[in-house]
Parts: sequence; structure tokens; C-alpha cells
Amino acid sequence: MRDFLFIIRGGQDRYNQNSPEEMQQHMQDWQQWMDTLAQKDMLVGGQPLMNEAKTLIDGGQKIIDRPLAEGKELIGGYLLIKANSLEHAAGVAKECPSNEYHCSIEVREISPM
Amino acid sequence: MENNNNIDQTLNHLFREESGKMVSVLIKIFGTENIEMAEDVVQDALVKALETWKYNGMPDNPRAWLYRTAKNKAIDVIRRNKHSKLIDFSDPQKQLLTSGYTLETTMDNYWNEDGIKDDFLGMMYGCCHPEISQENQITFILKSLCGFSTKEVAKSFLTSPDTISKRLYRTKEYFRKNRISLQIPTNKQIEERTHTVLSAIYLLFNEGYNSTHADQLIRKDLIGQAMLLCKSLLSNKRTKLPEVYALMALMCFHSARLDSRITREGELILLSKQDRTSWDKVLIQTGEKYLNHAAFGNNLTTYHLEAAIAFQHCAAQQYEDTNWKEILMYYDLLLEIADDPIVFLNRCLVILEYKGPKEALIVLKTMKNTSMLDKYYVYHATLGEIYKRLLNTNLSIKHYERAIKLTQSKQEQQFLKDKIAGKC
Amino acid sequence: MKEFMFLFRGDNDVWDSKSPEEQQEHMQHWEKWIGEMAEQGKFVSGERLLSKGNTVLDNGKIMDRPMTEGKELVGGYLRVKAESLSEATEMAKGCPGFEWEGGAVEVREVWPE
Repeated sequence: MRDFLFIIRGGQDRYNQNSPEEMQQHMQDWQQWMDTLAQKDMLVGGQPLMNEAKTLIDGGQKIIDRPLAEGKELIGGYLLIKANSLEHAAGVAKECPSNEYHCSIEVREISPM
Repeated sequence: MENNNNIDQTLNHLFREESGKMVSVLIKIFGTENIEMAEDVVQDALVKALETWKYNGMPDNPRAWLYRTAKNKAIDVIRRNKHSKLIDFSDPQKQLLTSGYTLETTMDNYWNEDGIKDDFLGMMYGCCHPEISQENQITFILKSLCGFSTKEVAKSFLTSPDTISKRLYRTKEYFRKNRISLQIPTNKQIEERTHTVLSAIYLLFNEGYNSTHADQLIRKDLIGQAMLLCKSLLSNKRTKLPEVYALMALMCFHSARLDSRITREGELILLSKQDRTSWDKVLIQTGEKYLNHAAFGNNLTTYHLEAAIAFQHCAAQQYEDTNWKEILMYYDLLLEIADDPIVFLNRCLVILEYKGPKEALIVLKTMKNTSMLDKYYVYHATLGEIYKRLLNTNLSIKHYERAIKLTQSKQEQQFLKDKIAGKC
Repeated sequence: MKEFMFLFRGDNDVWDSKSPEEQQEHMQHWEKWIGEMAEQGKFVSGERLLSKGNTVLDNGKIMDRPMTEGKELVGGYLRVKAESLSEATEMAKGCPGFEWEGGAVEVREVWPE
């Protein structure tokens, strides 16, 4: 098994239009999905990120008060999982409840070096 | 194509010298609760070396190759276990092993030469923790620090691999439960703790020197390992205490005479009958140098005195030249430090040579606690010898026979039978 | 203390152009930087990522590359502890990645668990 990082992007706009009940339902879907992964011993960890950001650019000389990329490319959270291959991991990413909100999930292998 | 025998020999030698160091570093990394994990990594590295070298030939620097392989295997183990609870990564430095940004650099830092030496010594002090029985101490030392297999340890102690496994298990459990710190003790404790370490080393040495093994290879292996361990104590500023030099000298003097002590058939040869030309003069000279180093500080230990006695024997060209007067003086001092019946009896034997059997008998009779001594074969062997010299054959035979019954060693029994038969 | 995520942005072109010795020396700086944080109990976890990756898009299709590349490629991340976003940003200034031109560090607060 190798380690993979899911970088979850976008979907915030649609999610924010949800009613509190829908938001709660969504959180439950996440909980259930993570449980399934944990039971298969595939889950290592993961958390959503707050939208507020600071970004150091120009070799750390300049700081901007926003994420480097926004909108559809705003990173909303991450997940660290164990899988057999990049394809296997991408297959797992397809099951992510946030796909409902048209997010995209970048799947990257943790460097073994 | 490299000669396979040559590869086996190099690896065997490397393994005896380096596996303990590798295990020590790995236990520092994985924690004392994961001793098997450390041993497995070293074992894997050995297997890989054997396979690769037989196929590709020996590398230019076999030692570096072995260390690099063990290090890479350790990195694999860390990666496999970084999300498990097996290894405790809570220490800040160990935490750096969990990130790809810092794993390799941190791993490299664990393997610098000075660190390796210190970890090995730390492990040695850990193995010789006063609460671990001496028997378990030396069993564990042979397995973990000297690269012996369980089978080899069993052979060394003439016992079953099962018994050894149980001893090893108990020691590992002790390490696990008590989280023994594997460090060179503080200056305050260093003398006391080094004393325990030296006892274990000397026991190991005697296991090879006095043991009844017909197998010379095992005996020499044990002796060599004991001397290697002692030498590593001498390589560190904090642990090279006078008594460490003294023990090193003592072991040099003893092992210089190793080959002349036993016949090809495994029978003991009396000191007076040994071929002194076969004694290893270089080793005796080396011992002298160590003995000179031992002569500082105020601490006169049994090792100092035993080394001084052994040196006197080494220095005599012939048995008749032995300086018994000097030797008796050392025995007097030895008896002051160590009120030990064996020392007392050995002192009687010196008196026997120096002043004659009457004097020796008088001194022997001053001994208290004869009821306890009655069970010592050396006591009866000494009396047998004294009466023999007093030409009291009946009493002499009586004591020799009693001595034969009390010793388990076939060599000793044969030796005593020869005495009765008047062969020596 | 709150937890923050440093997202290291930028591709590996500069890294790839360096010699193994330079790379090794560079990694010693990372070890020092992260080691100091660990000593203060501020380092949580972090990994480097391989450059290749898959992205599950919002239409369910899988694209065989990371969503963002070049200057925006996420090269790795670090989870750290800090009192505030500004303290975390201050910590990010020490990132050895800035020694080599290019690259940016996005600092984001992780949702409390």
C-alpha cells in the first residue's frame, strides 16, 4: 500500500447555498464515507481548510491576503489515504460525497523519497 | 567470480564486529519496545549482502555497503509503520522521521560514526542493567551485540535453543516494560554501572576460557567477543576507566596462554607443564601496555590484582622462575578486597609453592565455614595436592576422589584421576 | 493552539536542475527548519508529493494530470501549530523552498477536529 493525498478543490459556492439541514446531511455523508475507508484501513487523516488565507510569494518577500488560486481552484480540504495505485486512489476519489457539489479532486502520491 | 568462501568469511567477520552496532542504532530509532524489528533489519541486510555479493562480487567497502543497506531497510520500515502505533514517534527528533521532507536527513544523522559508537556503548550498559540477571545479561549481549544466532548462543552455554529463547524473551520484556534508557550513564553512576558491565564481559570471557568446550572455535569466538566489548569501552573518553584497562590486560595475559592449556584431545595441562614457547608474546606485550594504563586513579580492583598475578606467570621464562613472593603479595591484597573462598584456596596453592605443604595446610586449616567449602571441588583438590606433597597418600586420594565427585567437568575429572594415578 | 497547513506551490524544475549534493544540502535546511518547529511542539506532519497525478473532475471524468501545474502545482504540505494565521505566516517565511527561486507558500487554517 502507498500513501496518496486528495486535494479537494471548488464546490464552495454550491455548498454555501445549502439549507442547514442539507449541510448536516452532507456532513453525515462524509462521516459515513470516512468510516468505510477507515474500516478498510485506508484512511490516514484529513480535514477541511478555512477559506481565509495568506500566501507568501516572490521568494517569501511578499505576502498576499488570499489563497494562491480561488474559485474552482480554491483548495477546500485534503484527505490522506492508503491505496494500491494512483488509479485505485482515483477510483476511491470518485466516491467522495463532495462530488455532488461539483468539486474536483486531485490525487497525488506521497513521494517515497 | 568472487570466491564464495571468502564472502562467507568476510560477512561472518563483519557481522560479529558490526551487527551489534547496527542493532544499537536501530533500537535507538525504533525504541526498546521494538528490538525484534531492529534485529530483523540487520538480519535482512545480511541476507541481502550474501545474495548480492555472491552474484555481483564483493563491494569495495563491504562495511559501508552493509550499513547503507541496513539504513535503507530502516527507512522502509519507518515508511511502512509511520501511521501505525508500533513505533513511538512522539519525541521531536523521531517525529521528523514521519515526514518525507526530513526522513532521510534525520536517518543519516542517526548513523554518524561517533553516534554509532555511543549507541553501542549505551546498549551495552542497557544490557547490563543491574536488575537483569547476569545469565540473561550475557545471553542478550551475545545475541544482540555480538551477532550470535540463538543456536550459537545455546551452543556457547551448552544448553538448548529453547532455554536461550526464553532468556531472551524475558530480557526483551524487561526492556519493553521498563523502557530502559540505552545511554552511557552519567558520571555519577559510571563507576558502579561499568562494574556490572565488566562483570558480564569477564563472565563471557571465562565462558570461553574455562569452558569445557571441545570446540575451539566457539571458545575463541567468545574470548574474541569479550575482548572486543572491552575494547569498545576503551574507545570512549568517559568509559575508559582504570579497571577497564585492567580487565583488558588480564584477558590479554590469559588468552596469550590459551592454546597451551589444553591438549588436542581436550585435556587440561598444568601451568607447570605448559609449553611456554607457544605463549603469544605480542598479546602479552599488549597486555603489559594495558596494565600500565590501568595504573592511575586510586581504585585498586580485583582485575588489577588478577592481571598483575597473570602477568607474573607470563613473565616467568620457566615455571621454576615464577616469582611466588610477588604473587603471594597480590593474593594478600586480593583477599582484602574480595573475601572469596576461591581466592583463599588459590592463595593456599601459592603458599604451597612458595613455602611448602606444611605451611599451606596450616593456612588452609584457618579457613572458616568449612562446611560450605566441603562442597567445593577446588577445596578438595587443594587438600589432595597438599597431602600428596606431604606424602600422605591415603588422605590425598580420599580428597581427590571427593573432588572428582563434585565437578561436572569431564576434563577436570580426568585431570584429577591422573593425579591419583600419579601421572602428574 | 490552532492548526495550519502550509501548501508548497511550484513545480520541480529548479529541484531537478540541482546536483545530488545540492539537493542533499537543501534537505538539511528543511530538516533544520522543521526540526526547530518540532522542538517547540509545533510540527504536526507533512509530506512531499510526486509531480504526476490524476484529477477527478466535476463531471466524474478522470484527467491524468494534476489540476494545477507549473507555479500553482502543489508540491507538498506541512501541518503546523500556531496561535494565529499571522504567526503561522511568520513561520512560513523560514521555508527553505524560498532559497531557490520561484514557488509560493499558501497558509491556511485547518478546521478544528
